[in-house]
Amino acid sequence: MRNYEVTFIVDPVLSGDEIKATAQTYIDHLKSEGCEIVYIDEMGLRQLAYPINKRTTGIYYTVEFQGETGAMINKMELAFRRDERIMRFLTVSLDKYGVKYNDDKRKGLIGKKKKAVKAEIAEVKKSAPKKAKVAPKPAPVVKEEEE
Amino acid sequence: MASRDDIKFLSNPKIGQKRKKYCRFRKFGIRHIDYKDPDFLLQFINEQGKILPRRITGNSLKYQRKVATAIKRGRHLAMLPYVTDLLK
Repeated sequence: MRNYEVTFIVDPVLSGDEIKATAQTYIDHLKSEGCEIVYIDEMGLRQLAYPINKRTTGIYYTVEFQGETGAMINKMELAFRRDERIMRFLTVSLDKYGVKYNDDKRKGLIGKKKKAVKAEIAEVKKSAPKKAKVAPKPAPVVKEEEE
Repeated sequence: MASRDDIKFLSNPKIGQKRKKYCRFRKFGIRHIDYKDPDFLLQFINEQGKILPRRITGNSLKYQRKVATAIKRGRHLAMLPYVTDLLK
């Protein structure tokens, strides 16, 4: 089994039902090709970093799936290209670390981990100058006493 | 009077020292870089949205390549800009 992940941006001008229907057609398409859907992530409306087709926002969807071969990806991408409702898409194959990352993210480990890492970095940054300051401080005090 | 030993401590010897750079991915055991996380990738690009060199970020070659790929994927998906000004 190979692991894949496809992210696509749906046109926000469509109504809510149409957007869901658009995403559902691709999910059904994948299922009909014999893929196992691992997770569907609706990231929702997001601001685009630059305008695409004169739109400044888009609705992001990420579908993680497993398939035996990559044959269905060509079909899916062709459908994406022909579909005017899809603004952008990107299919990526995941290695074992990617699969683990997505798994952890779903369990809520990643966000906390990242915060912890950021906190650690912040602590390191804070503690490093402190140590630098603290270490030489006693020395002059001692010096004064000696004098 | 002040001898040479006293003068040694008048200035902080650690002030001019550079902090050692390190690869944060190796240090914290991050194995996968998500292209859908623009806030994280923002640490590796400059104000114009260009990818920062290894010289500045301190990443190891393996992870610098992964960072670069993730940023490029993020750009394609409009999560990061291709060109801007005053990003940060």
